[in-house]
Amino acid sequence: MTGPFRTEIGGRIDRTRRIDFRFDGRLYSGHPGDNLASALLSHGVHLLGRSFKYHRPRGVLGAGSEEPNALVRVGSYESRATPNLRATQVEIHDLLVAESQNRYPSLSFDVGAINDVLSPLFPAGFYYKTFMWPAWGWRRLYEPIIRRMAGLGRAPTAPDADIYAQRYVHCDVLVVGAGPAGLAAARAAAQGGARVLLCDEQSEFGGSLLSEPDTTEAGRNRLAWRAATLATLAASDNVTLLTRSTAFGVFADNFVALVERVTDHLANPEPALPRERLWQVRARQVVLATGAIERPMVFAGNDRPGVMLAGAARTYLHRYGVRTGRRIVLATSADSAYGVAMDLHRAGLTIAAIADVRNEASGPLAAAARAAGLPLRTSTHIAATHGRLRIRGATLARNGTGAREKVACDLLLMSGGYTPTVHLYSQARGTLRFDESLGAFLPGGDTGILQVAGACRGIFATDVAIADGAEAGTVAAARTDPGGAPQPVRTISVPDSGALLAREAPCDRRAFVDFQNDVTTKDLRLAVREGFVSVEHVKRYTTAGMATDQGKTSNINALALVANERRMDMAAVGLTTFRMPYTPVTFGTLAGAARGNLFDPIRQTPIHAWAEDRGAVFEDVGMWKRARYFPAARETMAQAVARECRAVRTGAGLFDASTLGKIEVVGPDAAIFLERMYVNNFRKLAVGRARYGLMLGEDGFVLDDGVIGRLAPDRFHVTTTTGGAPRVLAMMEDYLQTEWPDLRVWLTSTTEEWAVVSIQGPRARDIIAPFVIGIDLAPQAFPHMAVAEGTILGVNLRIFRVSFTGECGFEINVPADYGSDVWHAIMQQGTVFGLTPYGTEAMHVLRAEKGYIIVGQESDGTATPDDLGLGWAIGRGKSDFVGKRSLARAAMRDPSRKQLVGLLTSNGETVLQEGAQIVTAANGNASIGHVTSAYFSTTLGRSMALAMISGGKARMGEKLLAPMLDRTHEVTVAPAMFYDPKGERLYG
Amino acid sequence: MLLIPCPYCGPRPELEFTYAGEANISRPAEPESLSDEQWAAYLYQRTNPRGMHAERWRHVHGCGRYFNASRDTLSDQFQFSWKPGESPP
Ligand SMILES: [Zn+2]
Repeated sequence: MTGPFRTEIGGRIDRTRRIDFRFDGRLYSGHPGDNLASALLSHGVHLLGRSFKYHRPRGVLGAGSEEPNALVRVGSYESRATPNLRATQVEIHDLLVAESQNRYPSLSFDVGAINDVLSPLFPAGFYYKTFMWPAWGWRRLYEPIIRRMAGLGRAPTAPDADIYAQRYVHCDVLVVGAGPAGLAAARAAAQGGARVLLCDEQSEFGGSLLSEPDTTEAGRNRLAWRAATLATLAASDNVTLLTRSTAFGVFADNFVALVERVTDHLANPEPALPRERLWQVRARQVVLATGAIERPMVFAGNDRPGVMLAGAARTYLHRYGVRTGRRIVLATSADSAYGVAMDLHRAGLTIAAIADVRNEASGPLAAAARAAGLPLRTSTHIAATHGRLRIRGATLARNGTGAREKVACDLLLMSGGYTPTVHLYSQARGTLRFDESLGAFLPGGDTGILQVAGACRGIFATDVAIADGAEAGTVAAARTDPGGAPQPVRTISVPDSGALLAREAPCDRRAFVDFQNDVTTKDLRLAVREGFVSVEHVKRYTTAGMATDQGKTSNINALALVANERRMDMAAVGLTTFRMPYTPVTFGTLAGAARGNLFDPIRQTPIHAWAEDRGAVFEDVGMWKRARYFPAARETMAQAVARECRAVRTGAGLFDASTLGKIEVVGPDAAIFLERMYVNNFRKLAVGRARYGLMLGEDGFVLDDGVIGRLAPDRFHVTTTTGGAPRVLAMMEDYLQTEWPDLRVWLTSTTEEWAVVSIQGPRARDIIAPFVIGIDLAPQAFPHMAVAEGTILGVNLRIFRVSFTGECGFEINVPADYGSDVWHAIMQQGTVFGLTPYGTEAMHVLRAEKGYIIVGQESDGTATPDDLGLGWAIGRGKSDFVGKRSLARAAMRDPSRKQLVGLLTSNGETVLQEGAQIVTAANGNASIGHVTSAYFSTTLGRSMALAMISGGKARMGEKLLAPMLDRTHEVTVAPAMFYDPKGERLYG
Repeated sequence: MLLIPCPYCGPRPELEFTYAGEANISRPAEPESLSDEQWAAYLYQRTNPRGMHAERWRHVHGCGRYFNASRDTLSDQFQFSWKPGESPP
């Protein structure tokens, strides 16, 4: 059934087709071209929601993205539901299911409406004042209740079932908004030879051309001009047209983000299509033709369903063929209302009264209304409205007198003038100026790469806006061709409009300013009375302008009230910051494909598949997946780690060390370079030998460590910590490129070139010796810290005799592609020797038994080499290295610095918590350090810990306390070396 | 997202770069000869101007080079960029 409020002809809807959809469970019908609001209005449904705080019944206020009231939840499945969509932007289709929000049990009877009666309890900032006591009350009592009572839609509970796409594009000229100015700008820019992208948030191009009567002031047929312009654009190869695409953010250097809604308007979209597509546009020139938004009037009861913006009613009439009421009162402070009144009058609606707060209405539009006999009253405001779920009448009052008059109506239209939509201009850091005659902030000018055209800069007349847009497009195209003809200039200036700002609500009753956040004139006055001076503070205190609509309809009215209250000029009061997004954007669009496994890159070693087969439990180390332990059947983690540790100490263990950072440092000056970058001596390092390298920042604190092997006089194989490789390479490049460009050194990241198979334990040599060709691994020939190149199983080999366990060990570097094969072969060979794969957890335990540090675990960016017991690494007689000068500061040698020590609990079963603070018995409140590592050691048969303790080296044997959650534990300070302190096993 | 003029590659999006602090701060040739105060000034004291700032960037996801640029810290606009060792244009 066609809605009873549908006109007989006209509008952009396809009356030959019917669409059935559901709202709050009821079936309604509309036509292609309708949105949810227009379709419901065609059935006379105005009540669409309940307000945020007071649960007041609310209807449709606007006709586009500015809508603050008519928010709905769309989608019948949780996995495809979206809350808080503006009904004015939801296109209907045959499977559309929408429901109203913030009401219980139903929209027309909502128990939350008690808040409205109790509204004196909820003044501005009420949550800062009312719910202070008792201390636990906020979290357990008040917040849950307030959350249930106040709010918008309900977030979906299921994962998003849709897919989202992202695209980067470049263009010469991006035109935002396809109303008269935008269409003209795009056409002119395209004719100027520019590659043009034109986008508009609506389902079809045209903007106000679709909302206004057939002919313009100059006699131009709006729709015919639109069709001709669109035809030209569509036929141009250099033009891309994007409907349903909102430019929601403008960033530095004309980087503009658009969201294109691809499938939401379709009942049965192609499954392969993304729901939305994020366009990240880099434009050489931008033309903003974003139009203007009408301001509501501020009067008591201005939020009742049936109270609407005048321009919106005109849009519903001309674009959707919907009469929004039958008997109409208009409240205005701007001439634009008279045009709307005439349109509605011609469409057969009754204009019951026009209340103009201004003392005179003298423009041509007002004159036409007068001539048509419309009941026009100047110096008149609305004192009250009547009705509950829909307006039934309004009380008109003469300004300054007591004269009142009650007028029955079913629609009250407001027009407080238009506010240019300067959000994007402001995001682009354009400066705004306040225009008194327009009562609005206008763009101050173009930025050289971004211009504004049409209503967005206060040019409201269609014909002028078209000319203005064309000029902007021509200028933009010319600027992208700097070698071209003389640059054209803009010639059109902004006219006066004669709107009057609703500076003072003429009555003291509660009038709504911000509809979505339920902010009233009383709240704003209270904020000023309580001493809030800055508009940014008033905004936060009252929450005006902080709802999902970002105050599109409310900001200027709120500012005007503050200005009036403080007796200041609007310009002096200033404006709050416009932030992106212009309208809310789904998380899906911003995330795109970056969800689930693609959220963050995952790095896997060449041995990953083997470890997975073996049932390894992995841990994340940076982006790497590392095998933490390899549980055998029914083994706990503790049991697996104990077994792995025993194997390394008694036989041999195999460890995947491929994640180690690796940098190849090559060139005649490589040794000099490394000597400057690391604390150690490298010039004297013989070829075939390796050294533990310690890197500091210039501040003298430990930054990274690793083993560095010299393969040739001019070639070093540098290893870094797993997480530190990019940082170390960047720092090396920085010094090489900018401090010592004279050094002939080249750096290459080789982390992923090499797979590293580390074999550790007394049987390590026996297992690998048969495979290694060309290198004598005997202890005398290949001692601890030796490095050599050869082959293993026919592939290139770099082998280091190094140990992070305290056992005799070898690190076998082979090209990554062969890592898996070499690992398999060694595992097979090692079976008879009890070779056991071990993970990072056993590695941690084994190294802690030896007191080997992990940068970032023992150190925290404030530890010197001495603090960590690594002072021995510093090369003697070196004149300089990065960080050396800082080590000479007195504070770096303060004996009370935190120093690395071991801690042993009096009960050997107790494993301290990493991060536990350490105190003395004498002063249990002052921490003197903390536990950095703590494990149960199977080798020692007891627990052990490493800690950084103030003056720790001088505290050997001292008893300290470690307060933990369960109880306070007594610990004894010990050397940070629990196993084989003489290193007999290491060098064997 | 800024458009940053790499003197080797041309203008590229900010995503490809890392910031590397104020420019024209050379490591002292003989750190040992500096007082603690002078060394601390080298390490930590920066101009942090409101307006034009000579600073270093690295085109890390491009040519990998460090270079200098002058940027207005107020408007985020780049004025120009130049290679290490060269003088600003
Ligand atoms: Zn570059």
